[in-house]
Amino acid sequence: MKYTEEHEWLRAEGDVYVVGITEHATTQLGDLVFVELPEVGATVSKDDEIVVIESVKAASDIMAPVDGEITEVNTALADDPSLANSDALGAGWFFKIKPSDPSQMDDLMDEAAYTAMIG
Amino acid sequence: MTDLKKTPLHALHVSLGAKMVPFAGYEMPVQYPPGVMKEHLHTRAKAGLFDVSHMGQVIIKGASYAAVATGLERLIPVDILGLAEGRQRYGFFTNADGGIADDLMLANRGDHVFMVVNAACKAADIAHLKAALEPELTVTEITDRALLALQGPAAESVLATLDPRAAKMRFMDVATLELDGVWAWVSRSGYTGEDGYEISIPAKDAPRIAQVLLDHPAVAPIGLGARDSLRLEAGLCLYGHDIDARTSPVEGALTWAIQKVRRPGGARAGGYPGADRIAAEMANGAARKRVGLMPQGRAPMREGVVLFADAEATDPIGMITSGGFGPTVGKPVAMGYVAAAHATVGTQIFGELRGKRQALTVAPMPFTPANFKR
Repeated sequence: MKYTEEHEWLRAEGDVYVVGITEHATTQLGDLVFVELPEVGATVSKDDEIVVIESVKAASDIMAPVDGEITEVNTALADDPSLANSDALGAGWFFKIKPSDPSQMDDLMDEAAYTAMIG
Repeated sequence: MTDLKKTPLHALHVSLGAKMVPFAGYEMPVQYPPGVMKEHLHTRAKAGLFDVSHMGQVIIKGASYAAVATGLERLIPVDILGLAEGRQRYGFFTNADGGIADDLMLANRGDHVFMVVNAACKAADIAHLKAALEPELTVTEITDRALLALQGPAAESVLATLDPRAAKMRFMDVATLELDGVWAWVSRSGYTGEDGYEISIPAKDAPRIAQVLLDHPAVAPIGLGARDSLRLEAGLCLYGHDIDARTSPVEGALTWAIQKVRRPGGARAGGYPGADRIAAEMANGAARKRVGLMPQGRAPMREGVVLFADAEATDPIGMITSGGFGPTVGKPVAMGYVAAAHATVGTQIFGELRGKRQALTVAPMPFTPANFKR
């Protein structure tokens, strides 16, 4: 598992990465009520705002963790955004991305670094 | 947050795990560990306890209630003289332009008026009252009392365990109750659309009384986050957002609060700041009006979203002033101002959200049925 400073997690699945947000993030955001996912097939660049999430309190963006192509999105999450709260690391995943520059993966944090960051 | 004021319940909030945020100069609980959604739903299902001690509590006294009421009617366009003893009423200060300087609750407590005003406006309100009314009347800010709100369908049974007279009060009644040995100024009112009470108690007793209420299994502490989503579903205005110094009561769809006796043709018509504009708008309608709005999609539309008549129009017709997800409605809800031609319930309009036009329907408010004990 890899992590970004924006509280995303990435889990390798063949040559794509499954991306979601961490339990720390969902706890901070509160109950999610709306998720807008990117288009499958979209080519995105690192730090593009590609997902909109809304909690009861506020809207926030999720950025592309690396350059790549969106290969799949979690339509179940769009139908039931609370999945991100109840199962952040499992059923609450957001999208799958195929990195175009695998070397960018080296810039991401491992679990120890992420745990240290959130203190 | 060292320069922020603390309410008498501050330590209790912290001990309950609240997330504290700055609000109107106070450090206030925005949510407790269950979070806004669960707190909201708990209040509608059982009972929520809110700390609203940041709000201004003011007593206005004079030679008689009538003298106080007559003075206040020069500032507030509602029937205060005709308010029966032991009754409370919603009102607002108007300014010379006919805008709303603050909205408030006022109660006839026999020989005086007890008023509750918004935290952010209280200094200005009290200065305004003193300048207009003293020395004939005396205006005293009550700084040694906390203010709690107990809201929800279980509020009556909970408060009645402390003083059975609570159950006999009707919506908008005020009374002095004895809560665990403490004299409390209680009104049957609130800001959630639910039955409930607002309870003014001495600051020194507030943590203990709050704990007594929280010890009841039906009661949970509720933060400002759920207070906002509850009042939005109830269609109630948040001052500084849904109404302000530029919006008139007619634009704000608050004409109902101006009783007939204070309207043109009434025995005590006018005589308050901005009466000319407000009377004209009551006769001819205002150019814009506050309405309920239901986004047709699932994306919440919040304060600041600009509204258009259709998906292509370039000229805005209004703006959202409050919006978000309504946990009880289960969908996004909002309120805002639209040009009068678009204010009819059922009208479809569009809001621009992240560069895209999204449809909304003008909707009746409240979004959830009011559960008051009339």
